[in-house]
Amino acid sequence: MRGNEAAHQFVAPGSLGAVLDLIASEPGKWTPIAGGTELMVAFAAGRLSAGNLVSIWDVSELRFIDSTPDEIIIGAGTTFRDLRADAVIAAGFPLLEKAASWVGAIANQARATIGGNLVNGSPAADSSPALLVYDAEIELVSVRGKRRLPYSAFHTGYKQNAMTADELLYAVHLPRRFAQHRQYLRKVGTRRAMAISKVALGAVALMSNGIIDEIRIAGASLAPFPARLHGSEVALARKAPTPNVIEAARQALLAEAQPIDDIRSTAQYRKAVGANLLEEFLRGLTRETDT
Amino acid sequence: MNMLAKNRIVGTSVPRKEGVEKLRGTARYVDDIQREGIWHGATVRSTVPRALIRSIGFDRRIDWSEFTLVSAADIPGENHIQMIVADQPCLADGQVNHCEEAILLIAHPDKHKAREAVDSVHIEYELLPPIFSIEESEKKQTVIWGADNCFKSFLLEKGDVDSAWSQAAHIIEGEYRTGSQEHLYIENNGVIAEHSAEDGVTVWGSLQCPFYVHKSLLAVFDLPPEKVRVIQTETGGAFGGKEDFPSVIASHAALLSMKCGHPVKMIYDRIEDLAATTKRHPSRTRHRTALDANGKLLAMDIQIDTDGGAYSTLSSTVLSRATLHSPGPYVCPNVRVRSHAWATNTVPYGAFRGFGAPQTVFAIERHMDEIAAALKMDPVELRRRNFLHQGDTTATEQLMREPVLLDILLDRALAESDYYNRRARFAVENANSPIKRGIGIAAYYHGSGFTGSGERYLSSLAGIDVSFEGKVRVLVSSTEFGQGTNTILAQVAAEILGVDYDDVVMAPADTGIVPNSGPTVASRTAMVIGRLIERASLQLLSMLRDQAGLSAQFSREQFFNACDRLRVKNGEVVSLCRYEAPPGIYWDDQKYSGEAYPAYAWSVQVAQVAVDTVTYSAEVEEFWSAQEAGRVINPVLAAGQIEGGIAQGIGYALYEKVVLQNGRMANNQMTNYIMPTAEDVPPIHVFWEELPFQHGGFGAKGIGELPHDGPAPAILNAIKDAAGVSFNAIPLLPEDLFAMLHAAHKIEVPATV
Amino acid sequence: MSGPQSKIHLNVNGESRTVTAPPMKRLLDVLREDLHLTGTKEGCGEGECGSCSVRMNGELVNSCLVPVLQAEGANIETVEGLACDGDLHPLQQAFLHCGGAQCGICTPGMLMAAKHLLAQNPHPTIAEIREGLAGNLCRCTGFMRIFESVLSAATSGTQETHAR
Repeated sequence: MRGNEAAHQFVAPGSLGAVLDLIASEPGKWTPIAGGTELMVAFAAGRLSAGNLVSIWDVSELRFIDSTPDEIIIGAGTTFRDLRADAVIAAGFPLLEKAASWVGAIANQARATIGGNLVNGSPAADSSPALLVYDAEIELVSVRGKRRLPYSAFHTGYKQNAMTADELLYAVHLPRRFAQHRQYLRKVGTRRAMAISKVALGAVALMSNGIIDEIRIAGASLAPFPARLHGSEVALARKAPTPNVIEAARQALLAEAQPIDDIRSTAQYRKAVGANLLEEFLRGLTRETDT
Repeated sequence: MNMLAKNRIVGTSVPRKEGVEKLRGTARYVDDIQREGIWHGATVRSTVPRALIRSIGFDRRIDWSEFTLVSAADIPGENHIQMIVADQPCLADGQVNHCEEAILLIAHPDKHKAREAVDSVHIEYELLPPIFSIEESEKKQTVIWGADNCFKSFLLEKGDVDSAWSQAAHIIEGEYRTGSQEHLYIENNGVIAEHSAEDGVTVWGSLQCPFYVHKSLLAVFDLPPEKVRVIQTETGGAFGGKEDFPSVIASHAALLSMKCGHPVKMIYDRIEDLAATTKRHPSRTRHRTALDANGKLLAMDIQIDTDGGAYSTLSSTVLSRATLHSPGPYVCPNVRVRSHAWATNTVPYGAFRGFGAPQTVFAIERHMDEIAAALKMDPVELRRRNFLHQGDTTATEQLMREPVLLDILLDRALAESDYYNRRARFAVENANSPIKRGIGIAAYYHGSGFTGSGERYLSSLAGIDVSFEGKVRVLVSSTEFGQGTNTILAQVAAEILGVDYDDVVMAPADTGIVPNSGPTVASRTAMVIGRLIERASLQLLSMLRDQAGLSAQFSREQFFNACDRLRVKNGEVVSLCRYEAPPGIYWDDQKYSGEAYPAYAWSVQVAQVAVDTVTYSAEVEEFWSAQEAGRVINPVLAAGQIEGGIAQGIGYALYEKVVLQNGRMANNQMTNYIMPTAEDVPPIHVFWEELPFQHGGFGAKGIGELPHDGPAPAILNAIKDAAGVSFNAIPLLPEDLFAMLHAAHKIEVPATV
Repeated sequence: MSGPQSKIHLNVNGESRTVTAPPMKRLLDVLREDLHLTGTKEGCGEGECGSCSVRMNGELVNSCLVPVLQAEGANIETVEGLACDGDLHPLQQAFLHCGGAQCGICTPGMLMAAKHLLAQNPHPTIAEIREGLAGNLCRCTGFMRIFESVLSAATSGTQETHAR
């Protein structure tokens, strides 16, 4: 253990307003910490450069799952355990429920939050592919008020996002219009549990008469940040998933994916498996239902 | 005599002797010990693999007067860690030969300050060219150790290998590689050390061999034996990783204590333990094998090369076991094994469960399947045709005097796994599935105890005493670290003495209290120490009959009364026995021939795997293990040993990779060094054949290491069955499977039905 | 830069405890050093091995990842709270009988994870046990005896007969 607890300032104002006031008063000084499943690992490894932390774990205004007729709104402080336990998510957004079940193991899910997952911005983030294909919107909040933007515009580079220094991630909005879509999410990790993703693929498709009317595909670890695979989508839109079309989509993915070699895996492997996952999804479309 | 009631305690699953404390959370591991006035130690380590140390600078922003610093110059005795050869420095002195080599030690009352001070020491190096592989080392272009980089070599010869090739109907060659492996005990290395001028050095720590540490400290501190005391604390896993390394950390903490005048606690965190401590030797084994037209082995020419890291530590004995296990459990009239252990600029490799056997058993058992494929023979039948039996001789001309149950074990393993039916079913199902299934076997032996005359050399002493409170105490330096030492030795004593299991306790593993019964390694405890406790118990009964009026049949009550009478006579009730070699054990260290091991345990294992052609992941779906290891003293504990060893073997084959960058472990965090979780281990089925071994404790032979030898080859044989491609190197990760399948043009995802 | 100390109120195994500690100090270290409850162990400091598992407000958490300020007012259950009036908890009995503990270092965390699992799901299947224990690494047992232990405890009934 290489962290020194005495070397960090750590406060818990308790309310959203108080936290926002604090980070607005000293922009860039305060690092929000939710469940600590990322920052406390860095702390113990002696790599936590943030000298001043403000807890948002106890900010109840951030931990909620609301539903309106049009959308589900998930507070940024919602844990993955909360997501797994929610019947509306399980019914309407099964890919998110699946992703939540793959975060670490039970103890991590009790503390890791969806907000933390997105703000940490790893290209391997577990919730990102599902949120991308579900057309999620991000709601940010500051003393200046709230604003929304498409999740696909949230990540701007490797571990960089569109938030300003005085903003917190407030909520994730998911439009309730995927009831008829075919859905797919698969994570390939180092083992069955407690595994960081080597590559993952999420996809939703609306089929009619065997034609793909609408399709969204997103990958993990296939780009410097979580992103849609637009080239592959174009290769599939308004087509039937015949063997030729599937092959063209595979080629499109192989062309647009930009994975890297790192300590966990290789770029070649990630690309090849990414294409295989896409093919697995597309072959599944010829079946009646998702397995 | 009560020992005739053989199944009263021995052979039953009595609960673990120290189990209640472990379950309550009251068992005291070294980091649980909190003491007033303790200082904390930290280590400044080399960041380069090979260099001269030009200067050591200290950041002026730190008040170094608060700290105690120790360098090689502070060592009162010898600057080396006493293992087999004294080549490993305790602290680097002017030169470093591997990343993470200890250079300077720091102590401070505040553990955070001690840790942070490490980053405030600035070392200037003059880099020297490093070597990192067996290939580079054996070329000898850069010599980093001795005259030729070679720690040790062996030549084992039987018959005349060179004459066999011309008579062979088949000649099959193969090369097999194994990577390093980390023990990943869940408790990191740690010690507390206290030095004083009057009492000398006392060390408490997580360790396997108190007397190894004791011997090492004598040399570092130049102290007589009675001035050094080593006490094992409850140890959270070891697997060989705490056989030799504790001598290093103990010396460090004791030196700091000597210099600062306070007890020093030194506990590694996972990042440091992974990067800086011993691991399994990587290996490369080359086979060239001649067979006749019927698939009978005519000749084996084997070359074994291991990577020993920067210092020799245990490389010679690991190489010895690798050599002696390399021909497999087969009859072969002509054998030649040439083996070498090489130096590289990496963290020294050390003991790890199996100790050379997992490396070469992987090779021979993969090779047998390659031979079977080349000869278009059933791999099961090929093995059966060549198995050793009672009356055969091994590659060292050791006569198999005891029955060899390989055929029975094979039949059992095949029956329990329904091997042939599964194989046939997979062959059909695989054609239309993206998941390819396969089934594979491995057959092997594991020599129990030290090689050859090793036990005679150790001359272990062990026994029992009886206190006036009516407790029988087992006196051994053999330690418990999960494998069941405490339980089985207590069972043996209780059985013979006619007392209850709960009447027997273990004396603390404290060199100041117990005799030296040798190290807790080499699967020797049940067999060798069990036998010593058996004899010591019988000897005590004899003494009680002769001197204290104990009758031929006696009750528990009468036993303790007789002990009281003996205590009045002699002042104490104690019975110790020294190791006696079984008759006829003859071993020639020069020629490498004779009785290599006093006994062998035998095993046949079967693995069913599933290879996912979408992700290129191989998983073990089910595993069966049949073994013969003499008498099973405690069925639950024994099964636990087999299951745990198999889980580690699965990790060795498919998950665990030590990633080296510039000679340093780059994946030194648990998130990046992958062992199987509860969701990854397959159902494991364990079957025993019991054949009591007359020279082992209650007929027991060793089981601790046996289960780790077979899984890797069984799994890779199964993968070959599944995917139709041969993989000859472990760990086999999905990335490797992908690369091979891609190269072999076997990447096809068939239409799902 | 040094931060101030915080006064933290915890309920640990049914007892009110107050500690004064830097707010960033890990709950694991507070339990072990300030409260001298050394049953909970550190195996990795990364939330990977689970040997630091405790229950916090009824959830299973890795205490090495919880800054103690976030545990203010929390109910904490550790291995020390399992036994009742000296009697082993049914899970502890089952582990003892079935060989669920070997070296014992993962055992406290494993017991807490098993307790948590059975509290949510009194009659788990093996698959559910595997998932419930997936965050607790055991290097010794290969998990088979642990699964058996949990099944045994589930069959014999682990309903708490006393409030904790």
